[in-house]
Amino acid sequence: MSSHYEAPIRKPLVIGEKTYHDITVDVARPVEGRANKLWWRVFTIALLAFLWGVGSMAYTIGTGIGTWGLNKTVGWAWDITNFVWWVGIGHAGTLISAVLLLFRQKWRMAINRSAEAMTIFSVVQAGLFPIIHMGRPWLGYWVLPLPNQFGSLWVNFNSPLLWDVFAISTYLSVSLVFWWTGLLPDFAMLRDRAITPFTKRVYSILSFGWSGRAKDWQRFEEVSLVLAGLATPLVLSVHTIVSFDFATSVIPGWHTTILPPYFVAGAIFSGFAMVTTLLIIMRKVSNLEAYITIQHIELMNIIVMITGSIVGVAYITELWVAWYSGVEYEQYAFLNRATGPYWWSYFLMMTCNVVSPQVMWFKKIRTNIMASFIISLVVNVGMWFERFVIIVTSLHRDYLPSSWTMFQPTFVDAGIYIGTIGFFFVLFLLYSRSFPVIAQAEVKTILKSSGEYYKKERDSKENHQSLNH
Amino acid sequence: MYTFSKKLKTFAFVLMLIGVAGIIYGFIKAPKDLAEVKANLIEQAHDGHGEHHVSAADHAVSDAHFDHHAEHVYGQLKNKPWTALYVGCIFVMLVSVGILVFHGINYAASAGWSPVLFRVMEGLSAYILPGSIIFFILLLLSVYGIGGNHLFIWADKDVVEADAIIKGKEGYLNAPFFIIRAIIFLGGWNLYRIYMRKQSLALDASGDLVYHKKMFKASAGFLAFFIVTESMASWDWIMSIDTHWYSTLFGWYVFASFFVTAITTIAFVTLYLKSKGYMDFVNTSHIHDLAKFMFGLSIFWTYLWFSQFMLQWYSNIPEEVTYFIFRIQEFNLPFFGMLVLNFVLPLLLLINTDFKRLTWIVVMAGVCIIIGHYIDFYLMIAPGTVGGSWFIGAAEIGSLLFFIGLFILVGFSEIAKAPLLAKNNPLIEESKHFHY
Repeated sequence: MSSHYEAPIRKPLVIGEKTYHDITVDVARPVEGRANKLWWRVFTIALLAFLWGVGSMAYTIGTGIGTWGLNKTVGWAWDITNFVWWVGIGHAGTLISAVLLLFRQKWRMAINRSAEAMTIFSVVQAGLFPIIHMGRPWLGYWVLPLPNQFGSLWVNFNSPLLWDVFAISTYLSVSLVFWWTGLLPDFAMLRDRAITPFTKRVYSILSFGWSGRAKDWQRFEEVSLVLAGLATPLVLSVHTIVSFDFATSVIPGWHTTILPPYFVAGAIFSGFAMVTTLLIIMRKVSNLEAYITIQHIELMNIIVMITGSIVGVAYITELWVAWYSGVEYEQYAFLNRATGPYWWSYFLMMTCNVVSPQVMWFKKIRTNIMASFIISLVVNVGMWFERFVIIVTSLHRDYLPSSWTMFQPTFVDAGIYIGTIGFFFVLFLLYSRSFPVIAQAEVKTILKSSGEYYKKERDSKENHQSLNH
Repeated sequence: MYTFSKKLKTFAFVLMLIGVAGIIYGFIKAPKDLAEVKANLIEQAHDGHGEHHVSAADHAVSDAHFDHHAEHVYGQLKNKPWTALYVGCIFVMLVSVGILVFHGINYAASAGWSPVLFRVMEGLSAYILPGSIIFFILLLLSVYGIGGNHLFIWADKDVVEADAIIKGKEGYLNAPFFIIRAIIFLGGWNLYRIYMRKQSLALDASGDLVYHKKMFKASAGFLAFFIVTESMASWDWIMSIDTHWYSTLFGWYVFASFFVTAITTIAFVTLYLKSKGYMDFVNTSHIHDLAKFMFGLSIFWTYLWFSQFMLQWYSNIPEEVTYFIFRIQEFNLPFFGMLVLNFVLPLLLLINTDFKRLTWIVVMAGVCIIIGHYIDFYLMIAPGTVGGSWFIGAAEIGSLLFFIGLFILVGFSEIAKAPLLAKNNPLIEESKHFHY
């Protein structure tokens, strides 16, 4: 489906004199080789953080939600902040693989695999929070509309929280199928290269018997397109429905109509920041600089800048409309956000999310790897604070001044959060050593149109021809 | 090189003439004084069928009430021809702005498929200049209350003094500041459009990529300027008509509405020029892509419509929900009918891949989109200005036809001024080879 002709002005997407076989070898190397010390060190840290998180979760479930810092006024805080933060991060993957596929952006091919992996792993983290918050997670299936004999127990279809159950589980399933479909030819590649019978067996199972016949490829392309079409509205719907959790209420600061598209923009923003963070490390550690190039980083930075600006416009719009509405409660909610006891979190949100991405207007900065890495971390911090600001500052001073209070997180709150970060990296590190981290079959399809070597070859041929004429 | 055919020129003039006739008719039909309105109301009450008439009769029971009601209706009917003019004017003007924005987005994104369509976009966006001048005059007339219109109630000193909520907004909603903002928004958009056209022609003549770079940078800067000014313009020119009401999403919702209409317009003009043999380099894949945008943005518009409507309906906060309750009660058919035109029909007509390449299907879906979004604009404006006394008649249709005629005249004249292929654009070869 990609065009055969590419304008000479476009920058190459594969650097160096790579052949098809080189791509195979480069992508298979991290899987076939052995892990170095650094990998083990990082993995151990992640695992320890994860174990600490498991401990905190067990303590919460054993003792009760009282172990968290919640109180009568602030009934939602870190748990939902973390939930929304993780769901948001999980947005970039499907955006890259679905929306950018529909827009025929070839540069997505080097980054889609890891972005989708990140999506799935972060949605897993997100899902943990509501389940833990239930207090009795073994009754988690009660959120599903199952016929039962418990009397009048039935789900509430009017509740956006239920819509969220459907939205996120659909998103997770479609993302998983999309990811796995793309993986089939690449798993088959690893299968065909496997030396030991065990690895051969494993990758045969994972590749679902991919044969590489023309019919396989034709179906593969068709399915990808259909899934992209299905997944694109999903990218919008998931964070839209997460935003409904807040926006359908009558809480000033939560109830605002811009929330759905602004949450989606914010999610893409944080998701791309996380992809940038992960891929800047991965391209170095796994020697993939020829595939994940400065051009890729620059384009991701531009998306971070655009979505950051959209989010910025939304922040200012909310602030302005609160004044314009003339509603006392709206006005106070935003005044309190910006100047109340949590002013510092509002300030962090504004600087990290709105101001910091603006440096990407300068080409020098957006093509600088270190700067991109730092900004991507800053954005992730900022986006966590955005959710904290929305949730805690809107709740802690409610309609009744006698119940105004502050929120203090406990070590359990912190433990679960850090635990999910640990869990995420455990999964991602395992992935990076056992999965083909670049969609090599797809990259091969653009090698001749967008590879540096072939582009040069073509340009010199064209020049030669025009000289002859 | 395209030459503006006599036939099309005549057609544009005819549209404008019919339009002017409709607009004048609207002004003549507007009641001259309160006595005329009262006489009409009593006559309607005696006719005595239909709910509205019965309620008018009920009002007649008490004289004071009746007088009050008559005054109200008088104000609404005086606004009616102005509203008709205003809706047509802002709608067509914003559609041309949407075309400019689409050009800007494609440029800033270095899109490879669309450069063959750039000249169409450049040409049609020429309408922004005359369109915004007329619109600006209309704004001046409205906020200074010239010609007896009260489109913006916040511009009426007596209303502001009597209404604490509007009084609180005075720092933003006041005539001088409002006009200054309009100058900045319209001025900024016009400057960008003039700059782009100049660079584009220079690139054509010289082939120097410096001009391409300049356009790329200008587009990125313009889009940043636009995202801010577009929201503010929507609050000013449309949202402030329902002065009490507010919605943070409003700016983006308005954008989605005129943007999808803009892309439909590009598709229409491209199909027309291609059918006349001027754009052989445009293939069905280009049409397919335009149709995809029509399809996708129709869904996007619906998404924003739903988000705004559902959240206010669900929360049921009196300050907000009255906006929708009034529309559902008084504008029921257009309010829900527009969803069929703007969502259901484009969705069904354009979901199929092959259908997106068929001219007649694209035209059919496009007609739905244009009519549907005109109604959308009408519904954003008329309930606040003419209220229950609305109907879409000669004045409304006339105004729309007049501005469409002017749009054709200005747009096609500009298209005729330069070759239809921006031959030195560095992506033009890629665009010509574009194949889905």
